[in-house]
Parts: sequence; C-alpha cells; structure tokens
Amino acid sequence: MSDNKTIISAEDVDYVAKLAHLQFTSQEAADCTAKLASILNYMQELQKIDVTDVPITTHVLPLQNVFREDETGSCLSREAALANAPEQWEGYFKVPRII
Amino acid sequence: MSQYITTIGLEFHAELKTKTKIFCSCPTKFSDQPNTQTCPVCLGLPGVLPVLNKHAVELAVKAGLALNCQISPLNKFDRKNYFYPDLPKGYQVTQYPLPVCQKGYITVQDAAGQDKKVRINRIHLEEDAGKLVHSGDSIADSDYSLADYNRAAVPLIEIVSEPDMSSAEEAREFGEKLRLILAYAQVSDVKMEQGSLRCDVNISLRPREQQEFGVKVEIKNLNSFKAVYRAIQYEEQRQREMLDQGATIVQETRLWDEASGTTKAMRSKENAHDYRYFPEPDLPPVILSPEWIADIAASLPELPDAKTARLQKDLGLSAYDSRQIVASPAIACLFDQTAALTKEYKTLANWLLGDISRLLNNAEQEYEHIPLAAEDLAYLLEQVKSGAVNNNSAKVVLEEMFISGQKPADIIAAHGFAQISDASFLTEAVAAVIAANPQPAADYRAGKKQALGFLVGQVMKQTKGQANPAMVRDLLAKSLE
Amino acid sequence: MITDMTLGELERALDAKELSSMEATEAYLRRIKVLEPEIGAYISVDEENALAQAAASDSRRAKGEKLSSLDGIPLSLKDIICTQGIATTCASRILVNYIPPYDATCWRKLKQGGGVLLGKCNMDEFAMGSSTESSAFKLTRNPFDLSKVPGGSSGGSAAAVAADLACYSLGTDTGGSVRQPAHFCGVVGLKPTYGRISRFGVIPYASSLDQVGILAKCCEDAAIVLERIAGKDPMDSTSFDTPPDAYRQACKRPVKGLKIGVPQEFLGDAIDPAIKEQLNQAVAQLKQAGATVEDVSLPHTQYALPAYYVLACSEASSNLARYDGVRYGLRAEAENVQDMFVASRSQGFGMEVKRRIMLGTYALSSGYYDAYYNKTLQVRTLIKRDYDQIFADGFHCLLTPVAPTQAFAIGANIDDPLTMYMQDVCTVPVNLAGLPALVVPVALHQGLPIGLQLIGAPFGESELFAIGSALETNRLKPNLPAVQ
Repeated sequence: MSDNKTIISAEDVDYVAKLAHLQFTSQEAADCTAKLASILNYMQELQKIDVTDVPITTHVLPLQNVFREDETGSCLSREAALANAPEQWEGYFKVPRII
Repeated sequence: MSQYITTIGLEFHAELKTKTKIFCSCPTKFSDQPNTQTCPVCLGLPGVLPVLNKHAVELAVKAGLALNCQISPLNKFDRKNYFYPDLPKGYQVTQYPLPVCQKGYITVQDAAGQDKKVRINRIHLEEDAGKLVHSGDSIADSDYSLADYNRAAVPLIEIVSEPDMSSAEEAREFGEKLRLILAYAQVSDVKMEQGSLRCDVNISLRPREQQEFGVKVEIKNLNSFKAVYRAIQYEEQRQREMLDQGATIVQETRLWDEASGTTKAMRSKENAHDYRYFPEPDLPPVILSPEWIADIAASLPELPDAKTARLQKDLGLSAYDSRQIVASPAIACLFDQTAALTKEYKTLANWLLGDISRLLNNAEQEYEHIPLAAEDLAYLLEQVKSGAVNNNSAKVVLEEMFISGQKPADIIAAHGFAQISDASFLTEAVAAVIAANPQPAADYRAGKKQALGFLVGQVMKQTKGQANPAMVRDLLAKSLE
Repeated sequence: MITDMTLGELERALDAKELSSMEATEAYLRRIKVLEPEIGAYISVDEENALAQAAASDSRRAKGEKLSSLDGIPLSLKDIICTQGIATTCASRILVNYIPPYDATCWRKLKQGGGVLLGKCNMDEFAMGSSTESSAFKLTRNPFDLSKVPGGSSGGSAAAVAADLACYSLGTDTGGSVRQPAHFCGVVGLKPTYGRISRFGVIPYASSLDQVGILAKCCEDAAIVLERIAGKDPMDSTSFDTPPDAYRQACKRPVKGLKIGVPQEFLGDAIDPAIKEQLNQAVAQLKQAGATVEDVSLPHTQYALPAYYVLACSEASSNLARYDGVRYGLRAEAENVQDMFVASRSQGFGMEVKRRIMLGTYALSSGYYDAYYNKTLQVRTLIKRDYDQIFADGFHCLLTPVAPTQAFAIGANIDDPLTMYMQDVCTVPVNLAGLPALVVPVALHQGLPIGLQLIGAPFGESELFAIGSALETNRLKPNLPAVQ
C-alpha cells in the first residue's frame, strides 16, 4: 500500500468539505484525512484494471422511455407542504440572509 | 471603426408550455399564493423519485427543430450539484454531455445588411428552481429571505448560442427572432417580463489584431431585449474604456440595473464552481426514434421566416408589412384566418397594422386577445370592396366591433352606413343637383373641370354622405356631356 | 406461542378464527415491551396505531373481507421507509421529528393489504454501515448474543424478526444491508432484482443500487410478502414492468435438474472456515436433492468492493444534499444561509455519513471523476458481464457466503471503516449487477447463526425460493425469555 499521506492532502479534504457543505474540527479533519486516505488507497485496486473501450453502465435494467402524461394531479395543501419547515412566514419557507 | 472586436454569446432559459411540471403532476400555471403548487416530489422530500413528463420532451424537440437543430437520438439526464435555498434537492436535474438538440442556427442581418447565421450550440432540458423573495430592497440588504417552490421543477429548455454576434443590434435581433420562433412553435409563452423567457449575455472585447477571445463578462437580470441591447452597449463602452486605460477586465457576473442604465458586479459569497455532474440514476434514458421526431416535426406550424416570405410572394404584401404582421403571432394568426375568407390582403394588412393595432394599444389589451373574429373582418372587407360601405364608415364599424363585439352587419344597419349605389336613385339626385346649380353646371360644360368637385359635394350632402362617390362622379360627368 | 408463528401459520390461524389480529398484535406489543430494552430493534413503536389497525382487520375478517394474506399480520419497517403521519428518521439527527406527508409505495401496498405496523426499526444512519452502530439514536443487539452486533444496515429489522418482535420486516439493501443482518441474526433475507419493488418513498442511499428487501422467519413468508409488494410503480421510473411470479408456489418446486454455480472468487482466505464448511454441506445437500452443482468463476469479483464504495458514496453525496435545513429536518442557527447549510449538515450527520459524503464528493469532483466515478461505471459493466455469462451458460443460481465472518462484537470495527467495508465483499457484486439474492440461515456455530447466499438471474426470484426452501432447516431461535 502506498503512503496514505500522498493520496489526499489536508487541502483536498478542506476543498471537498467546502463542496459538500460540511465542517470539521481540526481533529476531525485530521482523522477524516487519514481514513479517506486508507479507503482511497484501497480503491487504487480499480486502477489495476484495463477498461479501454468498455462502455459505462448507469442503469442495470434495459429500461428506456419511461414517461408520465402531461396531466395534472393533486398538490399538497400549503399547511402540509410547510408542516416540517424549521421556520416559515406567511406561506413561505423562511431562511437566513443569503449574503 | 473601433479598435476592438466585440464577441457576444447569448444563453436563454425558456419555460415550456406544459400543463404540469417536468417530474410530477403539479400544475405549472402561475399562482400568487406561495407554496400551493407543490407535492413531495417537487419539494424534494426524502424518498421521492422523478417521472419524466413526455410532453416536455416533445416541446424541447419541437424547439430544436424550429431552430434548425440536430436532435440527439439518445438522451440522458444528469445531476448538477450545488447548494442554494431555491434548489429543493441540492441538485438540478439537467442534461450535461448529451443535450437533446445541437448545432442549430438563426439567421440575422449583420451591420452591412447581409444575412449571417448565428449558430446555436445546444438546447437541453432541465428543471427550474423555486423563487426567493428578499426582505429588503436587494438580496444584500435583506435580513432574511423567503422561499416559494411553486415554480420549482417547471420544465425549462436552456438554449446556448455560439459567440457569433458582434454587436448589440445582432444580439437583439437574434433574441427577438428566437422569441418569435418559440412563440410560433408554441413551445413557450416567451414573456420576458414574467420570466417565462430569460436571457443572459456573455460579452468580451479584444483588440482587432488579437486572435483569442478577451475576458468574458456575464450579464444577468435582463428583462427585455431593449435591456439586452442597452446592457451590451453599456458594457462595450465600459470594457473599451478599461482596455484603453490598460486595465484588466475581470471575469465576473454583472447585473443590469435598468434605472441607472449600468451594469454592476454581482455580490455573492465565493463558492467553488465544481458542479460534480453525473448521470441521474433515477431516470432511464430517452430514445427519440426517427418516427417520433418526424411526428413532432409534422406538428410544427409555419415559422416566422417562411410566413414572411409567403405573405410577400404569394399575397403581394410589402416586405415591411409582412414583417410587421409576422412580428405578432396573434396578428399573424388573425391575418391568416381572415385571408382564407377574403382576398383583400392589402386592406386587411393596413387595418391590422393601423386601426386594429391602435385600438389594442388604446385599450391596453394583449395582442393574444384581439376581440375580432376573422369572419366578421372578412365580411366588412367584402362590404368595402363591393362598395356597400365606404372606407370611412368601415373604420367606425371596426371600432364598434372591437368595443362592443357586435356583428358588422348590425352596426352598419344601426348607423345606416350602407352606401347608396342604386343607379336610378343616384341619377335622380344628380339631376336635382344640376337643376339647382345651373352656374357650376354651365362652368363645367364650358371646360372648368374643377366645378365637378363642387357638384359631387352637393350630391353627397343631399344623400347625407351615403352615396357611392365614384358612381356620383360618373353620373354627373355623363349628365353634363 | 403466537409470536413464534410464521406468517403462513398466522394467516391460517387468523383464517380459522383460532386467533384474532388483536390477540396477535397484543402478543407482539407485550413481547416488545419486555425485550426491546435489551435488543433495541425499534426507533419508534406505535401501539395505538397498531391496535387500531388490528381491530379494523378483525372486523374485516368477521365480514369475510380479508384484503390479502397479510391482513392483520404485525410487521415492522426499517425507519428509512416513509410512513405518512409517522416519524421517519433514517436513524439520523438531521431527520429527527421529520413526519412524511406521504407513504412509500411498498408500505402503501402492505397497508392496503391490511398490514399492522408495530413500529419503525433501527438502522445504520442513512443505511451506511454494516452493524447498525452508526444509528444516531441507539444500539441494536444481536438476539443470539447481546454482546454482538445484529449486522447492518437493516440490523433493527433483522433483530426484530429474529427475536419475534415482528412477524416480518421490510429493510433496504444497497450493498448487503438486508442479507448480512439476515446472516448475523439467523433469519431469511431477500434482496430482490433491482426494479422489482418500487423505491418510491424509500429514502435513498445510492439510487442505482438500493432495493427494498424482506426479512422473514422463513422462505415462504418472504415469498408471501414479495407477491404483495412487487411490481411496476408509476411513481418509480426504474421499477420494472415484469409481472410478479407466484413466489409462494415457487417455494414448493423441486430443485432436481437445477444448475447451481459456486463462484471460487467468493471463497478466499478472508472467509471464516466455519462458513465454508456450511457452504460445502449445502452443496452436498443440493446435489443429493438432484441439483447439479459446479464451480464457476466471476473474474472481476475483486473489483466489486472498491467499485461499490465509489459508486454508492458518489450517489449518496448527491442524494444527501437535500438535507440543508430549509424545508425539513434539523436547522442550526446561523448568520446567513450558507453558514446555516454547513452548520445544520455538520451537526445533523454522523461521522460515517460525513465520511461517505466526503468520499463521494471527492470521487465526483473535477479532476477525479474519470479516475474514480467513470472508471467505476466501466467496471460495473465488466462485473455485470461476468454474471450475464454465467446465467447464459444455463446456471439457475449461485451459492456463496454472505459475509466473511459471523456476527462480530459491538465496537469491534467501529473505528476502522475499511475493515467494516470488507463485511460487504460477498454482497456488493449483487447490487452492482442488479440481481436478486436470498439469504437462508443454515446452522448455528458457536451460538451464532450462519446464513448462505443464493444469487439469481434478473427476475429469477422463483428459483431462489425453490432452492432456498430446499436448504432451509428448522428455524434458528435465539435463547430469549418467553413472554406470555
């Protein structure tokens, strides 16, 4: 197994955490970096295999053209739509300032 | 000539004219009551799955065909991942590597008046986000924001042009033509002021001798093609001045401010743009067979360029009138319906572009709702042609038809507008006028031809203006020979 | 004892009026009251609702209006399956108090068939785990040995069925989450073909791998439940339009003439010899019953586990993006919306969930997509081709271990994700290939159950039931106190 430190850096973890909208304490981040590195090293197994010209599989079933007709159905009542809202105001979901 | 070359590309988002959303059966129609047109699927509740609206696919294909695109036989959907409070699932379902339509074009006129093909790179299907309402005057001054998901998952097509335009004029023409084509194809409502058609501009300047493109600036918040035109002109000037001073253009998004007529850099929290597109596992692929595409093509109505050409060539209208008529799908529709019933094309065009347009403007009425039936218009045109009603009376009749919705025959009868073309009645009236005006009659006979006008006027006066003036002139001339 | 009875036995007793649904439901609720504090199978138990559903079932039966074989029979659901009006948490703090306004299709079908819901079962948070230890709420213990894990992620469901705290349970299986706990807890576990049961209303972990599964006391019970909930659902574009078979009948079909393969790649050094021994005994038993058993090879098996984790985590990173504190679930206080997103997610998700989101986000991020995600989709093709070839060669099913080990001790692997992931080595290829698989308990070894896995061709659940029934022995029972 190659050196865990080389495969993913603390900066990488920081960048990915930003993308994922997650925050870690410095201790958590260090632990996360070490564990991700060991998992990613294991995943290097995949680099051993030659997949030239192998098509990708995104769906295992031979399904295609699954549609619904353009016909209206029932909506949730506004009360039901907002029932789980952490905060609401006059029929809207309320969120803190954007900027 | 400016020492810079301007390069412009446009991106459009058009809401498709479906009854329901792209992945659920909630209605798409506008509601001013927030969060009343949602269900677990478009709210992105845990566990829900999308099911594709077939009609949305067909409308996207229709748009592509109308814009001269190639249609991809194999279609897949992808997820575009980013966080924003208007985005219920934390990703938008869109098409990334395989858009439904590619390689189209619209023809515009360049500065020299020559035809120029502006290429369309791609059209893809995607879902709209919800709407955010901010508590303050702007997003930056707000203490909180409010989310309404009525619009979430309304089907959209995104249309991306190539950077083939080099002036505000070309961009405006491209935009207006695109809007018209989508309207004719009945793909979208294309109302920019209501947001069913949105346009963003990408613009860069480069010195004439430079090969590669300059730094691109994106302009958003454009609510009309007039705004597109003004924003491009403003931005061209801003960038030109910066380049002249040796300053560097920053790649950024700027917002058009209608009131000040300027663009302003958009304030936003810095976020990495790494959308992590990947194939949407919840939606199987869509295969568009040649037969299906042909069926959709067959459903396309006559498009603006073809219609303009036909009005000119086949119906003999002027190029200007043809373009004016085609510029409004509602006017063009009424024109075609009426033209099927009467051959008075020129008068019809004059009425539609003159009186009827004026009446619509005065009434502040939408062109979609012209309160005139083709058969009534055709009837009135035929009455004028046969001489049963004179032109001036016809305009009064038209106005009353427009306002009251009454049948033209009823209005003509009520006003007694029917024109007198009865030869024996008019012969008597002419004889009476000659008898009562011996001097002008003698003058005419003596060669003062202008005396005839006075005598015609007298006959018209006697008949309260209803006499057919052409017949009166003929009868007078004959009687005085 | 009522709670001892299989679904089939309970149905016959209810039909014969020897028993009412009310009596059965009360018996289960009494047993839950006594044993649940030790086992910890449930996140929530809804006595009132269960009793009302039981009463309604009894009055239907009195009028001769039985809705289905499942009418009046008490069940439980993994807390990942949405239940209208009943909290559904995915064992996560981020969904604490979340009450869905709609029913998952699989639950709706059970409800319309008269099913009596006892409660919602514990699980690994968002189904990410193989021991149920990542639940934000509680620990579930293996009914055969309370110091051991029940497996996961559907550990609560497996423990509930093993300890007779529900007659059957629905779980979900993304990489073995129904089968491995079935093996650990000595119950039958079915992971049907991808698309066989609607996923609508089942909170996704990895959409292209997830499938609803059934945990039951015997093969016939699983067959009865599958008959009820299988089928195309207009709300799930990936559900398949193949009519369900008569699975209950299939349990009685002979195995004579069936061809069974034993893939050698599944019998590596990591597999506990006791499990291999059981597999060999099963081979002998099937041969004796007239089946042909041959060694086969699935050459790409070694790539399945890394491919699975890339794919599952990638999809999960996107599936779990909706938990942002805006519309439902936990919201942390913050100055602005971006900080609110980050704080809510950081407080709401547990470490294992965060780790998998990180892994998936990384695999999809620019610069790594081709090396990880796209490559995985290509490897998936190769794995699927391995199986296609086997079934094209006339094999009806494959016989394999379920996991390398028997149930392990609570806490043993908790700080070592990679060792925990290795638990799934025998189960994930099935999800990558979208195949059905059935786990049947075959023996107790050192007081803990061993199950074996049968892998079928797409929509070949009937063959699995036939062979599974042939392997099935007397039910394995944990040593728990009787509750009167």
